[in-house]
Amino acid sequence: MIPTAVTSDPPGVPRLAGRGTPLRERFFRLGLRASLAVGVLFLAGLLTYVVVEGWPRLDAKLWTNFPDIIDPSRAGARSAITGTVWVISLTALYCLPTGVLTAVYLEEYADRDRWWNRAIEINIQNLAAVPSIVYGILGLGVISRGLGFGQTVLTASLTLSLLVLPIVIISSREAIRAVPQSIRQASLSLGATRWQTIRRQVLPAAVPGMATGSILALSRAIGEAAPLLLLGGLTFITFNPTGVHSQFTVLPIQIFNWISQSRAEFTALASAAIVVLLVILLLMNSLAIWLRNHFTHRW
Amino acid sequence: MNIPRSPRRAAACALLSAAAVAAAGACGGADAGTGTGTGGDGLSGTVRVDGSSTVAPLSTAAAQLFQQHHPGVRITVGTSGTGGGFEKLCNGETDIADASRKITAEEQAHCAEKGVAYGELRIANDGLSVVVSKDNDFADCLTVEQLHRIWEPGSRVDNWNQVDAAFPDVALELFGPGPDSGTFDYFTHAVNGGEGRSRTDYSPSEDDNVTVRGVSGSEGGMGYFGLSYYEENKDELRLLEIDGGNGCVAPTRTTVQNGTYRPLSRPLLIYPSAAALDRREVEAFVEAYVDDSADIARAAQFVPLGPGQEAELRRDLARLREERTP
Repeated sequence: MIPTAVTSDPPGVPRLAGRGTPLRERFFRLGLRASLAVGVLFLAGLLTYVVVEGWPRLDAKLWTNFPDIIDPSRAGARSAITGTVWVISLTALYCLPTGVLTAVYLEEYADRDRWWNRAIEINIQNLAAVPSIVYGILGLGVISRGLGFGQTVLTASLTLSLLVLPIVIISSREAIRAVPQSIRQASLSLGATRWQTIRRQVLPAAVPGMATGSILALSRAIGEAAPLLLLGGLTFITFNPTGVHSQFTVLPIQIFNWISQSRAEFTALASAAIVVLLVILLLMNSLAIWLRNHFTHRW
Repeated sequence: MNIPRSPRRAAACALLSAAAVAAAGACGGADAGTGTGTGGDGLSGTVRVDGSSTVAPLSTAAAQLFQQHHPGVRITVGTSGTGGGFEKLCNGETDIADASRKITAEEQAHCAEKGVAYGELRIANDGLSVVVSKDNDFADCLTVEQLHRIWEPGSRVDNWNQVDAAFPDVALELFGPGPDSGTFDYFTHAVNGGEGRSRTDYSPSEDDNVTVRGVSGSEGGMGYFGLSYYEENKDELRLLEIDGGNGCVAPTRTTVQNGTYRPLSRPLLIYPSAAALDRREVEAFVEAYVDDSADIARAAQFVPLGPGQEAELRRDLARLREERTP
């Protein structure tokens, strides 16, 4: 009884051997596995469903052709795919530096005894919970009309940047906080300035955590349709974005548009586009995992 | 601006273009012969269309047909809703607004304030169909009064025998579009006498396919959406006739066109801005839209205009043109 219980544990984990496994612990483990199963099974089911539904349309036409409402068999998502890549790349460009620098300020420089710093912190946490459509209204009123950027790639990526900025800030702060205080003290005691300590010690050590947080943020941004619809994201466009001032559409809008068509061919097309969206997301995730492994420090 | 050739032929040519390149060549040849202009006929620029998601398939089909002959013109179609479309039109952000209802006095005032003039063109008809499940073998026709009692705000009708004493004891399950939809606005206006006036304890969905599945899966189910959705799902649903005061009328292409299917048939409209019409590409697009309206309606699965309506559309376009050249 006891030997089998010991071998079932991962090596190196010390275990206090008792007589058998207490009932409570068994329930606890069952609970853990059940919780894991909910997420994994749901995801597997969803993936199977979209791949099966979209299989007939997972062909080259999907990324070489533009939308076609008259003949679904010729329709593709080229403008939506290029639009998504444009919008997400620019979103990353705008929100990652801003978010990381804000996090550095809040963690390394801000004096928490000052009320305004605490107010900023509370505000950022609240902003993370604001519904995305509110950012759409903000983007339309301030960025599109106020700043006069119009219904463009630029407006969309700035709006999405604002939307995910709180997530980037919060996760970057966690990553910076996880860097042991002793590292900073050692660096400072060797004569490094505060800037050098942050630049050479804290930030490299925090990259893995920041990368994970950023990818979560961008994954949220890539799936947004509601705020972009409000900003004038298009459902029919037969050219790729040519620059930041170009009109655009993104995959979630295209998917939403196809799903609400009455013809079954469009539903298959929507599923195929969902698979493409997932593949793009997966590529981004792989990049984040590579970054994390590349920069992970062991103390 | 002259219309280069028979619109039928142009559209047929476009529709038949399975091999896009070959067809473009053939149609291009016809173009050159009638003297529209140079090679790819020289038109370029961007036409921005935004508005009702109900009308968007029409504008999209029109854009696609137009672009096959004028590859230099970029046409974009957005779906920020009829209200959103008017707002963008009046802000000068778009050239044409898609609308599933007429412009309201408030929206007119907004446009006037911004100094934006526009035309109004009816380009197709939409009929709303009220559907029940195939398992429902007792209801064939409802009066508008009965629909009103079912759908009015705060309605407590939850069984078919409350709709009509002759109906059996079957629980009534209601499905329909959500309050953001133009279909919802139109149905509540026609049935309950005020846009947005509706009971709220039904299953709403912006996706009509969800309504189809809901109604077909429930014996006492009832829902409403555009006629094209019924035609797509004939096998799963049964269509109800509606008595608008002159006896029961089934929604068909004919009854929707001639307006005898009342009150659930409606016009679909486009509002081109006058300033945009001064640009050649917008003018050419609107003209092609009007000329090919029958084919466009068919491609987008709406009910095309009847002969009288078509003549009226041409008169409206001619008047619009006159107003702009004083």
